[in-house]
Amino acid sequence: MGLEIHVQLATRTKLFCGCALEFGAEPNSRTCPVCLGLPGALPVMNRAAYEASVRFALAMNCKIAAFTKWDRKSYYYPDLPKNYQISQYDLPLGYEGYCDIDVEGGESKRIRIRRAHLEEDAGKNLHDVPGCSLVDLNRTGTPLLEIVTEPDIASAQEAFDFCTGLQKLAVYLGVSEASMQKGHMRFEPNINVEITRGSDVYRTPISEVKNLNSFRAVRDAIEYETQRQVQDWLSDENYVFGQAANENRGWNADKQMTEYQRSKEAAHDYRYFPDPDLMPVTTAADWVEKVRGELPEAPTVRRNRLVSEFGLSPGDADLIVADRGDADLFDAAIDGDKTLAKRMTSLMLGAAKKSANDRDLTVSAVLSSAASWRQLVRMLEDGMVNASAGERLLLEAMEGDALEIDFEQMAKERNLIQVQDVGQMSDWVEQVFKDNAGAVQDALSNPKKAKAAPGFLTGKVMQISGGKADPKVVGQLIAAKIREMQAG
Amino acid sequence: MPTASEISNSVREGNATAVDHVKTALVAIAGRNDELGAFVNVCEDHALAQAERIDALSADEKQRLPLAGVPIALKDNICTDFAPTTCSSKILKSFNPPYSAHVTEKLIDAGAVVVGKTNLDEFAMGSSTENSATCITRNPWDRERVPGGSSGGSAVAVAADMTPIALGSDTGGSIRQPASLTGVVGLKPTYGRVSRYGLIAFGSSLDQIGPFAKTAEDAALLLGVIAGPDTRDSTCVSTDVADYVGSLNESIAGKKIGIPREYFAEGLSDETRKHVDAAIETLRGLGAETVDVKLPLTKYGIACYYLIATAEASSNLARYDGVHYGHRSEKAGDIVEMYSASREEGFGAEVKRRIMLGTYALSSGYYDAYYLRAMKVRTLLRRDLEKAFEKVDVICSPVTPSTAFKIGEKTSDPLAMYLADVYTITANLAGIPAMSVPCGFDSVGLPIGLQLMGPAFSEATLLNVAHQYQLNTEHHQRMPS
Amino acid sequence: MSKPLTESEVRHIAMLGRLQLSDDEIAAMTEELSAIVGYVDQLSEVDVEGVEPTAHAVNVQNVFRDDVVRDSIGPDKALANAPQRENSFFRVPKVLDQDTV
Repeated sequence: MGLEIHVQLATRTKLFCGCALEFGAEPNSRTCPVCLGLPGALPVMNRAAYEASVRFALAMNCKIAAFTKWDRKSYYYPDLPKNYQISQYDLPLGYEGYCDIDVEGGESKRIRIRRAHLEEDAGKNLHDVPGCSLVDLNRTGTPLLEIVTEPDIASAQEAFDFCTGLQKLAVYLGVSEASMQKGHMRFEPNINVEITRGSDVYRTPISEVKNLNSFRAVRDAIEYETQRQVQDWLSDENYVFGQAANENRGWNADKQMTEYQRSKEAAHDYRYFPDPDLMPVTTAADWVEKVRGELPEAPTVRRNRLVSEFGLSPGDADLIVADRGDADLFDAAIDGDKTLAKRMTSLMLGAAKKSANDRDLTVSAVLSSAASWRQLVRMLEDGMVNASAGERLLLEAMEGDALEIDFEQMAKERNLIQVQDVGQMSDWVEQVFKDNAGAVQDALSNPKKAKAAPGFLTGKVMQISGGKADPKVVGQLIAAKIREMQAG
Repeated sequence: MPTASEISNSVREGNATAVDHVKTALVAIAGRNDELGAFVNVCEDHALAQAERIDALSADEKQRLPLAGVPIALKDNICTDFAPTTCSSKILKSFNPPYSAHVTEKLIDAGAVVVGKTNLDEFAMGSSTENSATCITRNPWDRERVPGGSSGGSAVAVAADMTPIALGSDTGGSIRQPASLTGVVGLKPTYGRVSRYGLIAFGSSLDQIGPFAKTAEDAALLLGVIAGPDTRDSTCVSTDVADYVGSLNESIAGKKIGIPREYFAEGLSDETRKHVDAAIETLRGLGAETVDVKLPLTKYGIACYYLIATAEASSNLARYDGVHYGHRSEKAGDIVEMYSASREEGFGAEVKRRIMLGTYALSSGYYDAYYLRAMKVRTLLRRDLEKAFEKVDVICSPVTPSTAFKIGEKTSDPLAMYLADVYTITANLAGIPAMSVPCGFDSVGLPIGLQLMGPAFSEATLLNVAHQYQLNTEHHQRMPS
Repeated sequence: MSKPLTESEVRHIAMLGRLQLSDDEIAAMTEELSAIVGYVDQLSEVDVEGVEPTAHAVNVQNVFRDDVVRDSIGPDKALANAPQRENSFFRVPKVLDQDTV
């Protein structure tokens, strides 16, 4: 199967006029002569929409057309005030790209992108009114990137993975908010089934399921539709391949089934022709290369790099890559230093993430200074503060609103710098051994408790040091002392 | 009536008030419009209020107004937020645009006073102003004859001295042809010279707004006000606007004038030929040289034009469906019926014919043979002209094959009506400027026009040649009785 | 290249153009369009091999505006010319998805 996906671009204004894009505004309040299709009004292309489209297309590894133009697609519908949609017909701005998805067994699979083109959205018709329909044109003229894949998708799960991957990519690039609640992504799968009998391959007619607006609906509709097509074939003794026409179907989420809408044989005659009101766009190769150079690393590529280069677990890497700001922070803080990766990961995904989540923010949105993070990670790595002190410092920094934190200064003020003086620590160990004879005895000769006792003694040392002793050093001192007593 | 140049001078110098001039125009309209049908709407209150505003300005402020207090008429396909804009169509009968066209804003900023909206062939589709849902416009030289079209109302407003200047629009000759048939100056600028924002579209790649006036000087003054870039029209260019008035008095000695033989071939009436030849002779007398040029594809222009213009029109007019504005049929059944019935009731026969032809030219299976081929022939026509302009500054020709025809004479044969556009449409297809200048009268006293065409953005040259011609001739001073 | 249009072709075009033409109008239109199409067929005489089509009369490219919000006109102005409105909506006869054909 193949997919057609419409993604709403995150521009401030509409594609051809200066009306603000705003979800949930009063009906028809975000309109002007241009998007109302009033006589005499003319469209002027939003540069940001074009550039976002090129970025998105490049991120999907598309070729960018050196010459592209806009065409009128004619059909009548009350939410389309000009009764033509400005779209791109034979020269889409992006073509012949691909996106890779992960499939079972750690393999990746390539889904080819046939084309990506920029077009305007229609408005909204409200049908649940008795006897009439109501039209709101606030959405009219919203910039959409239509993405069409080749029929490379083999299962409902692949379609699901492809769609969610595309959403991550869009958000990552900042080209779309890609909010499913606000209808920023709409999907139209084209589905048919290939049936092999002996050496012959047969194909069922293609159904296009219109206007799905959630990932789940994509998966469920495809699952239902493939089964329905196979069932149609199995249950009909007189089934003839190639006889039934392709059709459009709708998804009924309540009944969990697709419903017939119309035959594709009654095909539209859209009468495409170049829009005389809009000039063509030529794209210079060096500009395309510049845009390509500025693209962020795609989330999947980045995830794989964090795993292979820094040894993160795939799960941790996914969590960090899920937000581009977090991933950027991660990369900037460790700055290629593999030795810092593990500690940075546990800092970010531990208490910091919880603290940020509690405020509905991302970690990087709360504390964005890579230099501060790097400093803290280094302090932990060098044993200047211990793990619990590090966490305490981080949480406190995240509570405040300073953009940059000097963690070393902060640790000093809070008296959290670990004591590196071995003599001082030996004294504390001596003291603890004296006060906890029972535990020392356990460590020496109680097989049931010999393992746990040194930890208990370390805890005691930390306690009397007020948390300033370096637990690693203390542990070593205790172990040495026990060995000494056993030997002596 | 004084010229626009004289009127604005008198207002700037404080010798007369804008209100005086506007009242004079309103009286003239009241006296002649019933008979001539030039105006579909007279904006008396708006005009008087506007005139008073100008009179209230300081002397310094008035100095900055190139059209201070000049009454002007606008073709009723140019949007005005103070008056309905109907395209002389039933489908837009009571349409009040919530915005004004770019040219309307420019005129008001320049101190001009819009006194009314003029009649046209519905949606500018026609060559006689007979295809109007509002009224028929009559030629002031002979009221039984058409004034030409589609900007017939604006041409007559100027020809019959109701306003000194007016704006029309020209898609295939809709300024030049009525200018020729009513004995006034009319200019279609280079495509992209004047913003189309607020001009209700007919053929978007061909339409251009332009001036009507008695003199080339007034046309230059008016063009200078409306020309220039507009960020709301992607097809409007940023090329500098020339000093049209400043170059009027340059000598035309040495200018090379091209004569395309294809424009003087079969079909041209003897009387028109005689006067156009005489006009060219006058220009030679002023020192211009004539050179033969070849435009061999001229005869394909009409076919090319009628495919492109109607295809674009079929799409441009799709929006009139009774949903968001305009006429909605009372026969409201389902939505499909509402669309079809509203359009059936709202459009006149010629508009329907062109929607049908344009829809056909774009429809599946015919696009390549008709629309695409026409776009390619258009390329060749443009190349022909570019080649000709390598040798000459201006091309001279007739505007129309003959003088004004009788009302009703051609309505039964649409194709014959189309064929009469043969001399004017090439300029639209090529996007070049072209104008009509009065160059004589036939034996029954009907005006004849001389067409001047130039390369893109050569309006100053055309106006210069026209002005020098008018300084040496008196055709433009004759008045209809 | 061309043969005269048939009435059924003309009815199909009228449907595409959303024009509800009477039988008489269809008959007249068939005749008129056939004559016009017969005339424009002369374009087939022109050699257009390798010729680029002209879609615009002026050779300009890359015309953009900046992504800056301009005031909308507000629902009252937007709806001022509406044949029927309901609150801030345009009101039309019932629409079904099938109606887009």
